[in-house]
Amino acid sequence: MSTPRTLFEKVWADHVVVAETDDTPAVIYIDLHIIHEVTTPQAFSLLREQGLPVRRPDLVLATLDHSTPTTPVSSFKDLLVAGEGAARQVRQMEQNCREFGIELLGFGSGRRGIVHVIGPELGATQPGKTIVCGDSHTSTHGAFGALAFGIGTTEVGHVLATQCLLQRKPKTLAVNVDGSLPAGVTAKDVILAVIGRIGVDGGTGHVIEYRGGAIRALDMEARMTICNMSIEGGARAGMIAPDDVTFEYLEGRERAPRGADWDMALARWRSLFSDDAATFDRSVDIDAASLVPMVTFGTNPGMVVGIDEPVPAGSDPSFRKALDYMQVETGKPMSANAVDVVFVGSCTNGRISDIEEAARILEGRKVAPGVRMLVVPGSEQVKAEAEARGLDRIVVAAGAEWREAGCSMCLGMNGDIAQPGQLCVSTSNRNFEGRQGIGARTVLASPATAAASAIAGRVADPREYV
Amino acid sequence: MKPVTRIASKTVVLATRDVDTDQIMPARFLTTTSREGLGDKVFFDLRFDGAGAPRKDFVLNRPEAAGCSVLVAGRNFGCGSSREHAPWGLLDYGFEAVISSELADIFRNNALKNGLVAIVVDEETHDWLLDNPGADVVIDVENTTLTLPDERTVEFELDGFARYCLVEGTDQLGFLQRQLDAIERFEEIRPWKP
Repeated sequence: MSTPRTLFEKVWADHVVVAETDDTPAVIYIDLHIIHEVTTPQAFSLLREQGLPVRRPDLVLATLDHSTPTTPVSSFKDLLVAGEGAARQVRQMEQNCREFGIELLGFGSGRRGIVHVIGPELGATQPGKTIVCGDSHTSTHGAFGALAFGIGTTEVGHVLATQCLLQRKPKTLAVNVDGSLPAGVTAKDVILAVIGRIGVDGGTGHVIEYRGGAIRALDMEARMTICNMSIEGGARAGMIAPDDVTFEYLEGRERAPRGADWDMALARWRSLFSDDAATFDRSVDIDAASLVPMVTFGTNPGMVVGIDEPVPAGSDPSFRKALDYMQVETGKPMSANAVDVVFVGSCTNGRISDIEEAARILEGRKVAPGVRMLVVPGSEQVKAEAEARGLDRIVVAAGAEWREAGCSMCLGMNGDIAQPGQLCVSTSNRNFEGRQGIGARTVLASPATAAASAIAGRVADPREYV
Repeated sequence: MKPVTRIASKTVVLATRDVDTDQIMPARFLTTTSREGLGDKVFFDLRFDGAGAPRKDFVLNRPEAAGCSVLVAGRNFGCGSSREHAPWGLLDYGFEAVISSELADIFRNNALKNGLVAIVVDEETHDWLLDNPGADVVIDVENTTLTLPDERTVEFELDGFARYCLVEGTDQLGFLQRQLDAIERFEEIRPWKP
């Protein structure tokens, strides 16, 4: 009998090239390396300085997302909308990919989009793979039972040069979400509640596995939303064991295995689950039935309340500082706050089901006067599919802006920003000070809550709009 | 990378907890394609107001912070984004070490790979450091000890391999490249190919 193992331990063991010792970390093989324009230029410079090639360009997936404008781009001039530095960075990425023999899914490819949206939609993200990217939300890909985590630029260089990373084996944390989600409560609400419970550093040093009936009942896009925000709880990776929902999503996708390869892959994927007797270093239990739509009130994703609950009190100076920045009051619910901007998009909630969720609430209604709403598809494919379904027309008819694919207002580096003091209800992942622009105040929420808030002109409960 | 064996400095204290890498290095400065010159941008929106004037109440703008190369930070420093521009900026600004009771994983990895000594001490020592800004401390990287002004010496957490690389001034890519035979063998014998 072999020792019972967790999902993480199975994937980890399958990728150990050289085992770790007290003196040295493990050498771990990387199956898929996703790269974008912001965290790679210095890594390519290093390769150039040392005269090194990219060892496995066939295992690199390259695109443009962070510093690209979400207005149409057909020339260098169009790129300048995001600023001169951003435009140069995009050009540099195109040059680097050409020079090192990497296929770039760039403008006009029909495949460009946010790194964590295109990996899954192309079928490149698969169960049991190790996946890294110079972006902390790489945890998204764990929704497929992959071990996926964000790395820095030095490590991007390591993977480009050797296809491997030096890693210490992390601990494991089981997050069990059992029961059924009430109507109007989404995956985004689940993960915000989880982070509220464990805290923004609760997962530090751990890989999370999300388990339980409420997780199994989610579709793949909802599972991606959950795993995406693992890093906001301090965990570098979050995983969900693959099942028929996963396999059905992947079958027939551009880069998924086909024919006999598919059958072999499927047999292997079916062994990727935590054995019954496997033990986790820690575990947390959450009752899905008790959850409500969640919104953040502070300046990190752990500062979160139910939509109808009062903002809590706190005496810690960091807590007070956060409330001062947000201009919210203890004892009042977040619905007391007027909204200036609403953003639907990002690697957390920029997929077709997210846009659909927002459109269902927007249909036949109008965005409140004075509110600016941006709906930004996560990829060119999501955009095309949304337009084929007529969702763009619903968005525009409601008075919101329908944009080109990109990271957009998730982070203020591509021209899409909120102004100082403005309150933005956002489906992205970080409500840090200044994240969406200097002085901008971010309230994280689901696409449904964001759309309801756009209509109400204040932070609003989506359950009143279905 | 230059070897780092010993750091002696007064401390500067930023007690706020959960300071994220967006605070350390705002996203709008990530459009650079170089790792140089980011010291001017570090903590930019905490250091300067909307008009570009220094915020007098921010700790790094106080005269006593000048020349301090050890930053004592609140718990969970460096959380959020994986941007390596954060440790690049801290180093370029003049910091050689960051001490906290907890550091975010990716930040700590990035820092150590660039020679920024990112270390974790016990809660009691951390509380003492937070309460005593400007303390003269000595970080002995080789022996993983921190000496406080009263000659009290405490041990700190630092991965053995990271310590070796700091002390030797070795970059980790060289170590990985020496594993290339094993990597090629792994690619040949693994039962499935990505």
